[in-house]
Formats: sequence, structure tokens, C-alpha cells
Amino acid sequence: MADIRSNFLGIKSPNPFWLASAPPTDKAYNVERAFKAGWGGVVWKTLGEEGPPVVNVNGPRYGAIWGADRRLLGFNNIELITDRDLYLNLTEIKQVKRNWPDRALIVSLMVPCEEEAWKAILPLVEETEADGIELNFGCPHGMSERGMGSAVGQVPEYVEMVVRWCKQHTRMPVITKLTPNITDIRKPARAAHAGGTDAVSLINTINSITAVDLDSFAPEPTIDSKGTHGGYCGPAVKPIALNMVAEIARDPETRGLPISGIGGITTWRDAAEFLALGAGTVQVCTAAMTYGFKIVEEMVEGLKNWMDEKGHATLDDIIGRAVPNVTDWQYLNLNYITKARIDQDLCIKCGRCHIACEDTSHQAITSVVNGVRYFEVKEEECVGCNLCVNVCPVENCITMVPLAAGEMDRRTGQVVPGDYANWTTHPNNPMAKVAAE
Amino acid sequence: MAQRHYEDGIVSGRFSPEDYAQNFSDLHPALDTHEARVEADRCYFCYDAPCMRACPTTIDIPLFIRQISTGNPLGAARTIFDQNIFGGMCARVCPTETLCEEACVREHAEGKPVQIGRLQRFATDAAMARGKRFYTRAAASGKKVAVVGAGPAGLACAHRLAMYGHEVTVYEARPKPGGLNEYGIAAYKTPGGFAQAEVDYILSIGGITIEHGKALGRDFTLAGLAAGSDAVFLAMGLAGVNALRCEGEEADGVENAVDYIATLRQADDLSKLPIGRRVVVIGGGMTAIDAAIQSRLLGAEEVTICYRRGKEHMNASEWEQELAAAKGVTIRHWMQPRRVIAEANRVSGIEMEYTAIVDGRLIGTGDTLILKADQIFKAIGQSFDPAVLNGGGDAIVFEKDRIRVDGEGRTSMPKVWAGGDCILGGDDLTVSAVAQGRDAAESIHRSLIA
Repeated sequence: MADIRSNFLGIKSPNPFWLASAPPTDKAYNVERAFKAGWGGVVWKTLGEEGPPVVNVNGPRYGAIWGADRRLLGFNNIELITDRDLYLNLTEIKQVKRNWPDRALIVSLMVPCEEEAWKAILPLVEETEADGIELNFGCPHGMSERGMGSAVGQVPEYVEMVVRWCKQHTRMPVITKLTPNITDIRKPARAAHAGGTDAVSLINTINSITAVDLDSFAPEPTIDSKGTHGGYCGPAVKPIALNMVAEIARDPETRGLPISGIGGITTWRDAAEFLALGAGTVQVCTAAMTYGFKIVEEMVEGLKNWMDEKGHATLDDIIGRAVPNVTDWQYLNLNYITKARIDQDLCIKCGRCHIACEDTSHQAITSVVNGVRYFEVKEEECVGCNLCVNVCPVENCITMVPLAAGEMDRRTGQVVPGDYANWTTHPNNPMAKVAAE
Repeated sequence: MAQRHYEDGIVSGRFSPEDYAQNFSDLHPALDTHEARVEADRCYFCYDAPCMRACPTTIDIPLFIRQISTGNPLGAARTIFDQNIFGGMCARVCPTETLCEEACVREHAEGKPVQIGRLQRFATDAAMARGKRFYTRAAASGKKVAVVGAGPAGLACAHRLAMYGHEVTVYEARPKPGGLNEYGIAAYKTPGGFAQAEVDYILSIGGITIEHGKALGRDFTLAGLAAGSDAVFLAMGLAGVNALRCEGEEADGVENAVDYIATLRQADDLSKLPIGRRVVVIGGGMTAIDAAIQSRLLGAEEVTICYRRGKEHMNASEWEQELAAAKGVTIRHWMQPRRVIAEANRVSGIEMEYTAIVDGRLIGTGDTLILKADQIFKAIGQSFDPAVLNGGGDAIVFEKDRIRVDGEGRTSMPKVWAGGDCILGGDDLTVSAVAQGRDAAESIHRSLIA
């Protein structure tokens, strides 16, 4: 049986599945339930500085978009950091860590961008014997208007500065949580790295409006006829998160920096993908808020089953395995030529491949052959774009089949070369590096 | 269960009033909004959709389902009504299992088609419940069209003609409009007075007058009609019922299934409707199934359908046959009636003869069987009575005992179109009758403005 025990920055947890800093980790009651359910760790919901706690809106905090059968696809929130008393949180954190010494317990923090503020709170957290801290530089609503959260995360210099303070004033491992509301995620990651962070975690939520009420013309979630942008999360954001994780994992400046992956993780498979792109642990929130804590059972077992099946013994066998395969477009092999192939036994004749290709792409799929409804690929037109595969409702009915070296590409009339060739050397590229230099 | 359940003979009140209400409630309950969304999400929005091709009225099914899925049921209803103004009834009575839903690619893929009929009902019910009317009458054209028969074909034709501003008079022999929607379809498929509500909805466009109690050949002639109108559309359906042609057929207790169903549909109180304890239905089509199932629902203890050929030859769809079986009806194949057995001229049984196909011909084998029965329903088909068209003018050409029409519904007589069950090619389906009425109206309109 695969061993999925995690050691992240020396923080041990029985599995890599942590709950992200969010409503599910706001108090001992929830966290105790999460640990009983089997979660490997939690990042306690963000604590603020001492004093009167923040207040939340008293109307809807969440908005959502749904797929078929009202399956939650994307979710957003306008909730702020914890609105409970700082010392109540600290007392509970200490007790929970004592009750669950084998689980990871990280404390998320967000205080004003002043050294004294950080200096003040760090010893309080240290005293709880929590395993580490996560700097919330990501929250994109409310707190950012007060110069915290993503307002810090969007300025690499601030990121570096605050990380440096934290590393200076605490012995605890520091995880810097990044905002995706930025053009190039590598910049704040590099800054955090320069400041000495032990790890980064990402992504935090994405600025969003989930919907507009077409009767009141108000954005959702709506508070007394007004709305504001909230942080978007859930399955819909996973592709964005995967890319950002990969960008940091493969960036020469940050390569090897530990990453805690976050963003739409709902199943073991999602988690495995983040691990493969370099995440050492994963953090989950929306899936738990949708289905409850029990989902971790599926994640733990699913990950183990897959690892067993593939012969991966430990997490180290999979973490980062996909990173070398993430490259720039310019290095993709232009001699790799695929053609769509439709399995006629599986085809249910819905015709979606045809109309997608006919209306919007390359007119490479028939609709009628010899007078009957029949969908097959016209290889002489097919550019191998994969659209038909994506719109086909039947799994594996349409596949992309690579042409072997020496075969004729009937679209171009050229024989498929066996070698690798990319844009950097392509004759159409004015910047092409000439081989005979 | 009332105590009369096991009483011999043809009696009423075999069940308690609650049983009747339960038995004749909606066969397919309406989908609620969430159910409709979920079901609509199953539609793949096929290209050149097979369901649409399988629909005799060519409703743009993928479009209306997509409209439901986007929370636009009224738009969906409009898409349906554009092609089929009887979309509400067709949603209830179409044998979708042999039409759109059989063609659905999900039927092909997983044996579970999108429930197109129920979605269609969801949309059309929404429009009718809100009293949403999509069509208005064009400015009066000054043209007059006479329609014979206020069934689905006649009213579909009348509605389309009214849209174009023509003045339509519908002549209907029965006291109510709707044709078989009102008098023929099984009660549990269209409860709650839906047939009349739908007719009212359709007639609300204006420009259509219905004259009840007016039968062709009795109260007016075709020649007279043609002389007083710019065009005539014949849609009087099938008035005749085929006979068993066996001994004893005249005994009390032998009835036409269509007449019994009509009585049932018009009954205010089903507990007062007498039904036999043991009922035999002769036939293999939808009428046989409807008569048999409703006999069971009214309290008949034993109901047997006897059909002279095999299961695969029955006109009733497999789904309908299974529905009958589920309601406790026994279906027996390969037997034909030989003699009605009567005591004091009251039915007490029927002697059936086994059949077989020999050299491609159906023959009686000589072996017989007696089934006890106190009521026998004849459901071996209806016939067209050409006599009503006779006299007073040019004769219309018939073929195989039906009116012959061309692709646009034109008969051999100038100015006269026909559609529905009375034409050759009519297939006893509401939806086909609607298509023929609609298409004839388009043809009539083209001729009137030419």
C-alpha cells in the first residue's frame, strides 16, 4: 500500500490533504470534526491583529455558478478574515494542536503591513505550538481595501518585505499564500523566495462577480441591492491554479521552492495533478464546503489506489513529476502530427463533432456519407485541434492518433518527419536560430 | 375496495370513489422546474437532430429543450407551437417511444432517451398556465375557408389559416370540439379537462367559428360547402367501426371500444360507469390497449386483449403493451373471435379460434378456446364512410377506402383539401393529423393569395 504520509517543511501530516484557511477552519469545533474525518492538516482561518475583530456582512456571503443538476462548479465569497476574538482563536488552536499532535496545524495571518504589527502577533502564534504560519497575501475583497491581503500580494516588494519580517521574528516555518489577481505569478513568488519564505501556497481566490440578478440588476451575492467582487474558487478555477503552480515550479528562480497547491481540488485526481506539478501538499476548501468533510476519505483512498496501481510508493515519487513536461509553446514539437479518429462502434451520432468542426473550425468531419447520417474525419482537412474530442459526449469515442514518422499527412501532402523540430528553428520564424551559426 | 368488485355482469361502482380518482390521475405527472432543468441538461443539442426528424410536425426539439435549460419555458413553448399548435396534447399522447424518443441518441447510447414528451409538456403547460398567447390574427383577408371536423387536423388547419387572416368556419358533428382529443384518448393521459382548455387556448386567436351538431352528408353537402367557401378542408376522421363478423355479435354487452371510451371521457362520475367483471377486448392497436387498461381501472377483475397475430405485429407500441401488462391486462396473441356466447341475449363468453400463418396467410387452426366474458369491446379498427361525401357535386377520388391527397393535402376536387385519419396515409396519430392540418393550411393559403 502506498505511503502518503507528508513531510512539508518538516511539518508532518498523515496525508497531504489539508483544509485551506477558510470558514471550515474558523474554530475548534470544525477543525476537530475535520481531523476526526481524516484530514491531514488544516490552515486555521486567518487571524487579524489584536483588538475589536472584523465584522462581516449580515446578508449573503457566497455566490455560485452551477452545471447540470445544480452541481456547484464555481463559488465565490465576500467573507473577511475571522470575526472571532484573537485570544479565543489562539486558545482553541493550542488545544486542538495538543489534541491532534500528528496533524498539521498552520495558522493563517493577516495584519497591517507594518513590522510592529507582525512582530506583535508572531509570538502569540508561536505560543500555541502550531506547526507554522501562512501569510494571507491573497484575500481579494474587503481586507484588500484596507491595505492587506491581495493589496500586499500584488506588490512583490511588499511581499518580500513582510516575509523578511516574519522570518526575522519567528522560528516557525513561513508559507506565503499568493493571490492569482496578478499578471505574472512568478513575480510575487520570486519576491517571497527572496524574502526567505519556506514555501508558497496558491492560489487564493480570484476576483469575481458570479452573476447579475436580472430583476434588480444587482451583482450576486447581493447585499441590499448592491454587490461587490468576491473571491472565486471551486472546480472552475483549477486550471488557472494548475498553471500558476507549474509556472512557479519550473521558474529557474523559484525551482525547488516548496508549494502547497490550492484551487478547485475536489477529488484525489485533482490532488494528484497538483502534486505532479510540484505541490508538496494540497489545500481544499470549496469541495468540503459543498460536500462536508467526508470527501477526504475518497481522496485518501483514491490517491493510494492510483499510486498502488502505478507503483508509486511515496509522495516523493510523484511530486513534481510533471514539471519537466511543462514547457514554452516555442519548444513544442511541430513535427508531432495527430488526426482525429472516430470509433464508429462508440459513436451515437449526435453530430456535435461535425457541427463544431463545420461551423467553427476546419470542415474536417462529415455528416452524411452515402446518403446516411455518418460522422467521420476527413484527414485531408483535419489539423488535429482536438475540438471534436472535447465536444463529443462519449468518452474515448474520438481520439487523436499521432501519425508515425514516414506517414503522409494528407492535409499538407508532406511526409511526417521523425525528428523533433520547433518554432525556434522554423523557417517562418524571423527570429529563427539558424542551425549553421 | 368496494364490495361490488367481484360482482358478475356489467355494473358500476366496483371501486371506491378514491380509487377512481387515483386510477385516472395523470399517467406521467408533470415535471417540476428542477426536474425539467435536470432532464433538459441531458439533451446533447444534436446537429440535425434525429428526434426532430422523427417528429411528424418537425418541432425543433433541441432548441426548445435548450430554452428550458436556460430558464425560458415560454420561449420553448413558442418553439413548439410554431410547428405544432397541439403541442400540449401531443406531449401527453404521442407515442414518443416510437417517435422522437426512439430516435434520441441517448436511447442509442444508453437506452434512456431524453424525456422529450415530458419536457414538451413542461413548456406548453407553462405557457398555457400563464395564458401566454403567441399568435395574433393577421388583418382579415376576406377569404372564407370551411373545415369539416374540429379534431386535431381540423383545428390545426383552422388555427394556421386564422393566423393568415382568413375566416374559418368549422363544422363539427359532436357537441364539443377536439375530436379524439376529447372523445378518444385514454382519460389518464389527459385528465383535468385539458382537451377543452387546449381547444380554448387555440381558438383564442379569433377568426374561427365552430358550428356544432353539423355533420357532413346529413346537415350539409360538400358541394354546398365548396360553393360557399374559397376553400374546404376535410378532417372528419373515421366514423365507422369494423365489425367482428362473427356469430352473436349483436348480443348485449358487445360494444365498440371507441364508443365506450367516448362515454368514459364524457362521464362526470366514473363510479357510475358500468363495466364488466370479465372483459375481453378484440384488437391490437391503441384503442384496444386504451379500452383494456381503462376497463381495469374502472374495476374489471379480468381483462384480456385478444389479437389475431403476434406481439410484434401489434400496432400498439411495446411500451403501451407493457403499460397494459403492468395494469393487469392479459394480452393473448394468435387468436380470433369465432362466436359470441350469449345467455338470454347477454354476453357470457366468447369462443376464440387459434390462428397461424400458413403460406403467408393468416388462417384459423380450428382449435378453439372459450373465454368467460360479460363485456366484449371491438377494437379492430375504424373505417371511413365515403357516403358522406356523395351527392351534390364532383366525386372525390378514394384509394384503399380513404381520401387520396397529394403531398400538400389536396384532394382530386378543386378547392378541397383533406387531412387526418380520413386520408390515405393518415396513421391514427394526433401529431400526424396536426401536421397534415397545418400543411394543408399553408397550401390553402398559398392558393388563396395566388
